[in-house]
Amino acid sequence: MIEVEGLYKSFKVAQRNAGVTAAIKSIFNPQYKTVQALEDISFTIDEGEIVGYIGPNGAGKSTTIKIISGILVPDSGKCSILGNTPWKNRINHVRNIGVVFGQRSQLWWDVPVMDSYYLLKDIYKIPETTFKSNLDLLTATLDLSALLSTPVRQLSLGQRMRCEIGASLLHDPKILFLDEPTIGLDAVSKMAVRNFINTINQEKKVTVILTTHDMSDIEALAERIILIGKGKKLMDGTLTELKNRFVTHKTVTVDFAASTQDLSIKGTTVLSRTKERISLAVDLETIKVSDVISILSQNFDIKDVAVNAQPVEEIIVDLYKEFQI
Amino acid sequence: MKLYFKYMKVLFKSQIEYRTSFILLSIGQFFIPFLVFVSIFLLFQRFPNLAGWSLYEVALCYAVTHIGFSLSECFARGFDSFSGMIVRGEFDRLLVRPRTTFLQVLGSKFEFTRVGRLLQSLMALVYALLNLDIVWSYDKIITLVLMIASGVFIFTGIYLLSATFCFWTIEGLEVMNILTDGGREMSQYPLSIYKEGIKKFFTYIIPFGTVNYLPLLHILNRAEGNKFLYMISPLYGMVFIIPCIFAWNYGVKHYKSTGS
Repeated sequence: MIEVEGLYKSFKVAQRNAGVTAAIKSIFNPQYKTVQALEDISFTIDEGEIVGYIGPNGAGKSTTIKIISGILVPDSGKCSILGNTPWKNRINHVRNIGVVFGQRSQLWWDVPVMDSYYLLKDIYKIPETTFKSNLDLLTATLDLSALLSTPVRQLSLGQRMRCEIGASLLHDPKILFLDEPTIGLDAVSKMAVRNFINTINQEKKVTVILTTHDMSDIEALAERIILIGKGKKLMDGTLTELKNRFVTHKTVTVDFAASTQDLSIKGTTVLSRTKERISLAVDLETIKVSDVISILSQNFDIKDVAVNAQPVEEIIVDLYKEFQI
Repeated sequence: MKLYFKYMKVLFKSQIEYRTSFILLSIGQFFIPFLVFVSIFLLFQRFPNLAGWSLYEVALCYAVTHIGFSLSECFARGFDSFSGMIVRGEFDRLLVRPRTTFLQVLGSKFEFTRVGRLLQSLMALVYALLNLDIVWSYDKIITLVLMIASGVFIFTGIYLLSATFCFWTIEGLEVMNILTDGGREMSQYPLSIYKEGIKKFFTYIIPFGTVNYLPLLHILNRAEGNKFLYMISPLYGMVFIIPCIFAWNYGVKHYKSTGS
């Protein structure tokens, strides 16, 4: 469905030191530095997938999204999305996609949301019946009914984001690009947005490509992750694969009836110990968590057990460290 | 075209959300050119004519130019204020919609307050026509309409050119105001009062002369030679927009988005 092959993109960035003198100098003698934003990016995405496209700031996420959504022209490389090359058949291509930029609105600021929706209906030439049924569905699932008659400038960020996502789906796109859709949202709005993305993915088979810095977004949504850093693709795989590869430790915490017995299990290190609680870091390469628990249960009268994996946030930080990005 | 009017409707609604500001701006837009017109009027109190042109003839010139200018500022404002669109990154949004960038930028902004300026220039037009002895015929009416249309096209073309530069410079170029504001100020007088070089430049390169001067000769029965050529000369002014559109489309291909 989406085939990207060998994308390259570089930008010329003006170089200038701070200060007025430097600013004046740069008018007459501008210095440029070429920054390689993307280097040989290739991937294939099938219909119905939800892909998390992650990487630190400045890694090239937005550049990639902008190229495959038809905004930027790459220096070289191929890209075919439903048979269209975005930068060559822009108008045909964008009919198939919906784009949400978390930081930029696509609604008209001073008029009620519904007016924007009607305008989008004309821009995309959406047939009346399709428009109606989509609108009904979106109103119900995103809980928009109270918002549609409010001018956009009076909506809260969370409300606006729901309207934005609604706006990008009115024309039945087959692919949805979400560029940081949950940025700045509160917990409730985040949940609503995530649930909705899952729903349309399952019910309408919309392929979703998501960039985000919020790893819980990825955990809640994405089956597959593409990691890029400094313009290069570093990893492409499922979240489980990622975890298997990078989760090396789990923490086991056990509450038990008071005991002072000493215990050392091979492959674990004691993180904390009180009379009624022990917390162990388990090295998964040496010993299984279940074995640790069974050893503990032989020695203590266990009341409660908690097993914590390394949070995805931390895995990603490790990942960035490993790839030195 | 239908979409263009839909854009217009939504943006009109936006603009009247701020009613007081809208009314005050419109009144302001009435008085700015009005003062210019008063100065022309006073000029003719001192001198009976300007290189053989009477007050009413100059008023007609003035009116046609200003009607064209105010209409283009109202309806093609999107290009006039395009640099802001680039700076704010809003152009990205247009590119992910299945319509031409030309139509979308055109529909991105309307400056309805220019109705004040339009009203003032219409009054000048009526004033001039009432005082001029013109025997009206169909061809002259058509010529007058073409003149106004030609003005709109040329101003729009210039906005389009200066918007195109924004793809490289991000910020708009004040230099281009020489052509818009300068062109307007200059072409409110008949072109024949200027030097040869200026005349040629504004006839063949930026064809302001075709907006009022040349066809006006026809309306005032001053044309020599083929009258038909004078009558359709505004069409040449309209053609000016075609290379501007090509330049625009070339610029879009060089768009470098900003920010993330």
